[in-house]
Amino acid sequence: MNLNKERMSARTVCSLRKGEKGVIKSFTDRDMSLKLLEMGCLPGSEVRLDAIAPFGDPICINVGGCYSLSLRLNEAAVIELE
Amino acid sequence: MKQVHIKVALVGNPNAGKSTLFNALTGLRQKTGNFPGVTVEKKSGTFRLSGSEGQPDTAVTVVDLPGTYSIYPKSKDETVVMDILANPKHPDYPDVVIIVADASNLQRNLLLFTEVSDLGVPSILALNMLDVASSMNLTVNAVQLAMQLNVPVIRINARTGEGISTLKEAVKQTLEKREKPALQYFYEPKGNEVELIEEVRELYHLDNDYVALQYVCQHDNFSFLEQPVRAKLDTLIEKYGFDENHFLASETVARYEKIKPIVSKSVKSQGITEQPYWTRKLDSILLHSVWGYVTFAFVLLVIFQAIFAWASYPMDMLDAVTAQTIEWTKEALPKGVLNDLITNGILAGIGGIIIFIPQIAILFALVSVLEESGYMARVMVIMDKLMRRFGLNGRSVVPLISGVACAVPAIMTTRSISSRYERLLTILVTPLMSCSARLPIYTILIALVVPSTKVFGFFNMQGLVLFGLYVLGLVGALGSAWLLSLFIPRKEPGYFMLEMPTYKWPRWGHVGFSMYESVKSFVLEAGKVIMAISIILWVLASYGPGDSMSNAEKRVISEMGTKPQEEIDVAVASARLENSYAGQFGHFIEPVIRPLGYDWKIGIALLASFAAREVFVGTMATIYSIGGDSEDVLTVKEKLLNEKNPDTGAAMFTPAVCYSLLMFYVFAMMCMSTIAVVYRETHGWKWPLIQLVYLMALAYASAFATYQLLS
Repeated sequence: MNLNKERMSARTVCSLRKGEKGVIKSFTDRDMSLKLLEMGCLPGSEVRLDAIAPFGDPICINVGGCYSLSLRLNEAAVIELE
Repeated sequence: MKQVHIKVALVGNPNAGKSTLFNALTGLRQKTGNFPGVTVEKKSGTFRLSGSEGQPDTAVTVVDLPGTYSIYPKSKDETVVMDILANPKHPDYPDVVIIVADASNLQRNLLLFTEVSDLGVPSILALNMLDVASSMNLTVNAVQLAMQLNVPVIRINARTGEGISTLKEAVKQTLEKREKPALQYFYEPKGNEVELIEEVRELYHLDNDYVALQYVCQHDNFSFLEQPVRAKLDTLIEKYGFDENHFLASETVARYEKIKPIVSKSVKSQGITEQPYWTRKLDSILLHSVWGYVTFAFVLLVIFQAIFAWASYPMDMLDAVTAQTIEWTKEALPKGVLNDLITNGILAGIGGIIIFIPQIAILFALVSVLEESGYMARVMVIMDKLMRRFGLNGRSVVPLISGVACAVPAIMTTRSISSRYERLLTILVTPLMSCSARLPIYTILIALVVPSTKVFGFFNMQGLVLFGLYVLGLVGALGSAWLLSLFIPRKEPGYFMLEMPTYKWPRWGHVGFSMYESVKSFVLEAGKVIMAISIILWVLASYGPGDSMSNAEKRVISEMGTKPQEEIDVAVASARLENSYAGQFGHFIEPVIRPLGYDWKIGIALLASFAAREVFVGTMATIYSIGGDSEDVLTVKEKLLNEKNPDTGAAMFTPAVCYSLLMFYVFAMMCMSTIAVVYRETHGWKWPLIQLVYLMALAYASAFATYQLLS
């Protein structure tokens, strides 16, 4: 129960405001984490929320200043921040 | 002189400039086809390496493999990469692999490099997009990188062609290296992976650890492994308690651990790393909740304006040339059956093909510009949420827009949609997008009933109606996707995740090449069908069962008696057609299409166009040039305008009939090639048949409603 609460309150990429930065801590979904890793989202990299598509979803994040990645909200929710 | 043949494969992340490098290496010496056994498009080309003194030249075949982030496929297309690289017996197995890396994002690009290198294929790293890297304040030390990775690293600029000759030289040197250096694996197996690899290697006589590991992980994707082999590997997985998902994640993390120090030694950052200014600036407009859609709508409108209004000048010219050629040929050749076949069968068919080249060329050029510039990815982002409401994916936008050209390649592009459910829905509704084969039909019918007046001084009224038909196709596609999503159960969640490339100027060479390719495939592929059907129709329309045609002719002549010769001729021609095979065919189906406002002549064209929609116009041309005054060479449009309804004596092509036909063609699945490609992509007859029945019912109902409302 406790663990669950912690999960719920953990800061994810979804909780970023436009322009705000965060550092990737871990991923909560194994399937998705492999895809994210292969696309260069590594724990320890800095991400910044760059754009939110009309209707609030998907979002575009900048990863490590290097490149821009677009994700659906449910995909972004997998990325926990420090 | 004797020649040596070798194969080179290009591998790289999407957007790393792989296709640009491919073009730079091979120029125009390239062709497209399919990889053996799978329906994935294969682009291959050649270049030549001149031999050193006394040595023969080397002919190099370059194969462009699908772009991928890792060797673990996420979509159907990507499975090809490992199917080739893990199978030295594959006809496309390369002697050398060139891994194209985006220097501005080296860490991620090296993931794929280390994977491919571990497979034991001689590798060269082509470092591309150094200009982007330097605009992001990054400098890459290629010499340092080559030392760290222990492979040749070549700095290239695929867009300008810089470094290409050095790259070719590196290919040559890699080939000439007599003995292979011992492979240094980037990934070292842990725990009982070592024994598992050992056992697989011995079983299948493999000389590479990582290939053995891939037999374990990916054997279900490998077309070259037989079922017993797959079953055996499954028992091995059981025996060693190998957890694939856990392994994949830990392998990737371990690779990045190796890559990080290499990158930090060879890439230096001066100042803050940031994407190019223009990319950020443009994204703030093109992803904006208002301006994003305004821009997209404007882009679409320009496309339709271009293919309707701007293309009309070259089309009018081609039309005039065709008419002139037919008239000239008719005069030059002796009268008779052969003359008739050449002018009314063959030349009319050719005319029906070439007239649409300008529109297809313009459309493909514009779509190619959108893809090249990076704008298409932004469109996917702003459309994803909307598309999801209908059960589709942001990536469905590309098949849907490509569907405006032709549903066959469009359905093939759905392979990039990794969610199977969203892919299936996209396949089912893509044929609703008005393809270029429908354009001829739209063009003719609109020209018949819509005046060519200007609205707001810029937009042509006919252009707007055409735009409306395309919108109707889109609405039909989205509505159908939504309807189908209610009936087809979803088994897995959707998936989007898309890298946004930086904006680039389109390379005009690429645009021109894609335009050339599309026109070529239209003329050769569709053209063949149109041509064949033109001739078959001429035969069907010129001959009838027994002496029914000559009987009809005699009857007309005796009935008409003393009327002027011209009138008799027209009546005779018309009676002959009605009693020909084609006419009888048309009469046979007339009861079914009568409620839609069509007569037997339209019925013939309708049936013929099931082979390919564009045949409709050619068929109309054939039918009406035979039925009309044979001394006058009129274009199709004029012939149709002059056509009278035999019952009422008024014009046959009333607005009600034309709009009913337009509705029919917006929705109908009138294309054999589309049915074939859906069968191939969905592995069975279930989906193409569902699609055929559904779309035909939709077409019939809309045409029926339209005709009944308007007449």
